[in-house]
Amino acid sequence: MAESRMLRVVEVRGMKIRADASACVGAGQCALVAEAVFDQDDDGIVLVLDPEPDSSQAGSVRNAATLCPARAITVEE
Amino acid sequence: MSGAAQRLVIVGASIAGLTVAESLRAEGYDGDLVLIGEERYEPYGRPPLSKQVLTGRWEAAQATLRTQEQLRSLGIELRRGTRARGLDLRRRELQLDDGALGYRTLVIATGAAARVPAIPGASLLLRLRGRDDIDRLRDAIRMRDHARQEPLVVLGSGVLASEIASAAREAGRAVVMVGRNGRLTLGPLGGLLSDRLIAHHRAHGVEVRAGLGIRAVTPAPDTGLDVVLGDGSTRHADAVVAAIGSVPSITWLAASGVRLDDGVVCDSSGRVLSGTGPVPDVYAVGDVARWGDPLTGISARVEHQTNAIEQAISVARTITTGVAGRTPVPFFWSEVHGVRIQAYGHLDPAAALVPLAGRESGEWTIAATPSASAPAGVIGWGAGREFRTARSLVAAAPAPVAS
Repeated sequence: MAESRMLRVVEVRGMKIRADASACVGAGQCALVAEAVFDQDDDGIVLVLDPEPDSSQAGSVRNAATLCPARAITVEE
Repeated sequence: MSGAAQRLVIVGASIAGLTVAESLRAEGYDGDLVLIGEERYEPYGRPPLSKQVLTGRWEAAQATLRTQEQLRSLGIELRRGTRARGLDLRRRELQLDDGALGYRTLVIATGAAARVPAIPGASLLLRLRGRDDIDRLRDAIRMRDHARQEPLVVLGSGVLASEIASAAREAGRAVVMVGRNGRLTLGPLGGLLSDRLIAHHRAHGVEVRAGLGIRAVTPAPDTGLDVVLGDGSTRHADAVVAAIGSVPSITWLAASGVRLDDGVVCDSSGRVLSGTGPVPDVYAVGDVARWGDPLTGISARVEHQTNAIEQAISVARTITTGVAGRTPVPFFWSEVHGVRIQAYGHLDPAAALVPLAGRESGEWTIAATPSASAPAGVIGWGAGREFRTARSLVAAAPAPVAS
């Protein structure tokens, strides 16, 4: 029985961003490179701060997806 | 060969190969991109296989990273179930199961295969490398009501062995760990946390016999296996799994002229070397690749996902801009008996650990090495959010290295 995935979905200028809490390993890369968009909860798991970030965040959000060691953040454009 | 003039071929469709393809598109590369995978599955991540998938939290398909359709929309042609058989550097041709494929640029990302111990009965051992191994191992771990409570024997001392032991205990199965190493290791941490990890395993019901090893395995008369251990004693087991590292997949390159030494030998930018120097337009990344470090002169093959991603991004930049721009993300993680173990920075397995934070019980949750004031590396054991604060103590990662 697979647990349901806690997907936290964000849209930025037509980019659909998925932060998969069940894949997150608490590295914090996302919070470092896109601190306006991502944070971590008390267990270190990814939190999406702003569901409608400013378009100026698009580049940093793509970076966050690329640098996530667990590939927990995906971006569809 | 039509198309070959502009074709960039990536052979290997796991995390390294996939990341090269995605990064090339992100860097604005707009030529033909072909991604070739020997497995029949869409590209998937390996780290969840020994954690979420093995414990049953995820279906195996949830480890998928990109679907064929998502790749197509990125202009990446994925060919699944196709093995590389040879490489002709002079003609710039890759030999595949189904014929030759010409390329302009080639990225080798064929990864590694589970190492098989050289003991009698090795064919009876289970392994965990890819999705094809999951069903058999899950089946071995699952408790059947009517069965005797026989253990799963785990041969191995590293991260994978610990994670498999953890998943088996979660299912209620008895587990014996019998790696040949007297210490348990965790990737770049080496044996730094061995004592604590062994105690952690024992506290969760794992029988740890570190240093014992296995001499032979035979089918038992009734069911299961008879395992002859390193001290000559015999244990009856339900199943035995070998998690003793992996061997780079390079036999297909044996006649190619590419330099091979426990992996494909590359310079510090991932350019593949031959007897006469770098091979133009051929790179290697991930578990199969041995990159040279320009500062230390030491070459290393690193089997960890963050390394694969780092190298892949770097090679994509080298191909599109000529400048490597490697962004180090020296982060390691594992999860054992529900506790997440993390490490960031540069860790000397021989250095002393300085605890920085801990629980009331006295055990640390954050430790630094080698010093607290200017640590080169930090480690978290069940640390949660505070690991991020600890990370910032580590000197900022070096600026991307141009080469």
